Amino acid sequence: MNSALSAALSVGFHGLAFAMVLYLISVGLSVTMGMMGFINLAHGVFAMAGGYVMTGLINDHGAPFAVAAAAAAVAVALASIPLERLLYRRLYGGDELDQVLLTMGLVFMSGAAAHYLRGPVQQPLRLPHSLSGGVELGFGEFSLYDSLLIVCGALLATALWLGLERSRFGAQIRAAVDNLRMAQSVGIDTSRLFSLTFALGSGLAGLGGGLGSNLITIAPGYALDNLVYFLIVVAIGGLGSIRGPFVAAMLIGVADSACDYLVPQFGAFFIYAMTMALLLWRPRGLFGRA
Amino acid sequence: MTGGTGPDGRSAAIEAFARRHRYRPAEALPWLAALAGYFLFPGYLPLAAQILATILFALSADLVLGYAGIVTLGQAAFFGAGAYTAGIVAAHGWGEPITGLVAAAAAAALVGFLSGLLILRSSGLTLLMQTLVVAAMLAAAANQASAVTGGDDGLQGMEVWPIFGHFAFGLYGRTAFFYCLVVLFLCWLAVRRLVHSAFGRSLTGIRENGARMRAIGAPVMGRRLAVYTISAALAGVSGALVAQTTGLVALDSLGLERSGTVLIMLIIGGVGRLYGGFIGVPLYMIAQDRFSTVEPVYWYFWVGLLMVLLASFARGGVLGLIDQLWRRG
Repeated sequence: MNSALSAALSVGFHGLAFAMVLYLISVGLSVTMGMMGFINLAHGVFAMAGGYVMTGLINDHGAPFAVAAAAAAVAVALASIPLERLLYRRLYGGDELDQVLLTMGLVFMSGAAAHYLRGPVQQPLRLPHSLSGGVELGFGEFSLYDSLLIVCGALLATALWLGLERSRFGAQIRAAVDNLRMAQSVGIDTSRLFSLTFALGSGLAGLGGGLGSNLITIAPGYALDNLVYFLIVVAIGGLGSIRGPFVAAMLIGVADSACDYLVPQFGAFFIYAMTMALLLWRPRGLFGRA
Repeated sequence: MTGGTGPDGRSAAIEAFARRHRYRPAEALPWLAALAGYFLFPGYLPLAAQILATILFALSADLVLGYAGIVTLGQAAFFGAGAYTAGIVAAHGWGEPITGLVAAAAAAALVGFLSGLLILRSSGLTLLMQTLVVAAMLAAAANQASAVTGGDDGLQGMEVWPIFGHFAFGLYGRTAFFYCLVVLFLCWLAVRRLVHSAFGRSLTGIRENGARMRAIGAPVMGRRLAVYTISAALAGVSGALVAQTTGLVALDSLGLERSGTVLIMLIIGGVGRLYGGFIGVPLYMIAQDRFSTVEPVYWYFWVGLLMVLLASFARGGVLGLIDQLWRRG
């Protein structure tokens, strides 16, 4: 009984850490898709880029962990701005198929570029000494890395929620998601808003990809291989919300971790079946607007 | 069309409707090109057979995407269902190819019908995700049932008998080439007829405005389900053709990459025109064959760049581009 309980705790803890990574990566996708109605299959590219920046800085240049994480977020956010201005913007409100073609093209290009620059092998994240052990919490020992992910994820989720609810910028985002035309009519500069939101979401994805690179390994196939998971989080959560992807990421993260432990062979199948059931029950996601 | 109500206007309208689906000379081009390819490049027949089978796959995608407006990322579910059905039948002592095709079409149609029944009420991102998840579930199940499917190693021991007991699948791919060509031709005739029928017209109506079609009494769900099932059967035939002519079925036949690339090939050619696949598939597969032998990885960079450029500057694919030039000229 005691061992079952401790196993459940460790599975839950690990699942929570995975969930935080999924959340950080997917929340920007959910908000931008909700706001612009744009099918963006290339969001994983930003997470992958963050992972390459972070592992590169730490493994090749010995940068401190926190500096590398911040650099990953900032670099990806800055790089995403010209991408949005030059490529994405032309297709807002356009044909879904063109959006699929554009973003799949970006996925292909980024995979080949990553292969060219860093080779086909996985990039492990070398953890600093202070993060590589475990921590004893009275009812079991937990990995420090997982704990860090959970703390970071929880802090950022709270900050995002507060920012969206309390700040002027957050109010503008909510207005644009609710009714784009009305937001424009009351004088919100939606063009600037799109760019900033896109950059923020991409930066968060870069941070999530970097921090989580020991859970979702960084390799050239990253953006395509993990696309389904990111999309599942967005679809289950419901477009355009911040709460939705959080709950969905928790659900998927913990369920994935539990399936890996209980029925390792059927893990993926159960996640997909759960997704299908949830989408049949609530086609617009758990927190999507009707 | 002239809008007159007199006998002249009426016959002109009828004539215009009749002309719309009459065969045009240009429609013979793909078939002439295929035959020319047979004589000009006899060394490439195995590749040509794969191209023909993939054109059929693209045609099945065009039917749901271009005509019914269902954006799907799960077409590989039906391709894979057909490929595995044909493969498993052939590996278990019944290698007759034509019945294998029929069995594959039936199995894929069943998968299409059952999944369509569940998901076709959705739209937008939800529908896209559901099509994707159906394929992902099948892939996970096929990976798990390795006793039947061979799992990661692929299906072993297919034995395909000669067609009509006479034309054996040889090393040079002549039989495979003509087999794929004839099957593609027959399927193309059927699809062409279908999209020009009243049924096909109602699909276009549903794509353009489902609510209005419902208001004038069209059974929207039934029509969508019917076309989804037909498209699944065609994709299943395409999967079976690939399985029978290569003697291989692997898990990637159910994968996201296959669903994605067929979409890409179709968009490159032009969606909703019946001929997008005939242009996009050969372009993509011949380029892949040329470039990927030199630099297998960087092929993806260039094809990705092409996709970005097409999406940004040449909407409607190659056929759309030709249309624009035609109008301007």
